[in-house]
Amino acid sequence: MIGKLDDYMRFNETALSLRSTRQEVLASNIANADTPNYKARDVDFASALKGALAKADGAAPALKGTSPQHMAGKGVAGAAGSKAAGSLADGTPLLYRTPAQGAVDGNTVDMDLERNAFADNAIRYETAITLLNGQIKGMLTAIQGGQ
Amino acid sequence: MSLFNIFNVSGSAMSAQAQRLNTVASNLANADSATSASGEAYRAKQVVFEAVPMANGATAVKVQKVIDDPSPMKLVYDPKNPLADDKGYVTMPNVNTVDEMVNMLSASRSYQTNVETMNAAKSLLLKTLTLGQ
Repeated sequence: MIGKLDDYMRFNETALSLRSTRQEVLASNIANADTPNYKARDVDFASALKGALAKADGAAPALKGTSPQHMAGKGVAGAAGSKAAGSLADGTPLLYRTPAQGAVDGNTVDMDLERNAFADNAIRYETAITLLNGQIKGMLTAIQGGQ
Repeated sequence: MSLFNIFNVSGSAMSAQAQRLNTVASNLANADSATSASGEAYRAKQVVFEAVPMANGATAVKVQKVIDDPSPMKLVYDPKNPLADDKGYVTMPNVNTVDEMVNMLSASRSYQTNVETMNAAKSLLLKTLTLGQ
């Protein structure tokens, strides 16, 4: 039963945690808008969510070894068009933004774009919370037998 | 919980921008200070920002150092001034008031943006607290 509850809420929980991670990355970009040579970064949400869900299912795409001496391989995530900028501690891949206009000091933060993405991500975070609230209410109704 | 980290990131940016605003104030106040405790004219100060990587992908800001502006000092012809050299020139501070005004606007706008970022993170956290109620 508990396992089923976990499965039931996993999607929105994973999305929520990824949204908060992305919010943090975007806040870093806004904070470093005046730092010379800072390169703006972002999370490719769709592929990161897919990767996080696959990891949560315990079915991460691993390479098959034909000898016990082979090292365990990991799946590589990354979107076309942007260069990889490493990954976070939880394995979420980070990408560099492609700048629309260059700056003399080597900074690639586009404030309009970052503020847009920040507001958009905040709304989607609240959406995930609303959905999760609805799920919890539905489960409570089922548990209490509609009383 | 990474949303709490936003307070650290935006807070570091706010203190860095406040320090930048401080140097602007000091430069503008001393734009005409022809002499100082060392006997030389005031030199404009500039801050150098540095990105500081934090745990889990976030990047904070700090003021790496405050440098003396390397641009040449202004020479003003004023033979009546007691500080004038034998040719009648007084060395005045290398403060560019137009640059400093632009710096001031940029610093205060960046500060405002970071305050808004912090407020957004706060409202998201408060919303998260009401989960399941």
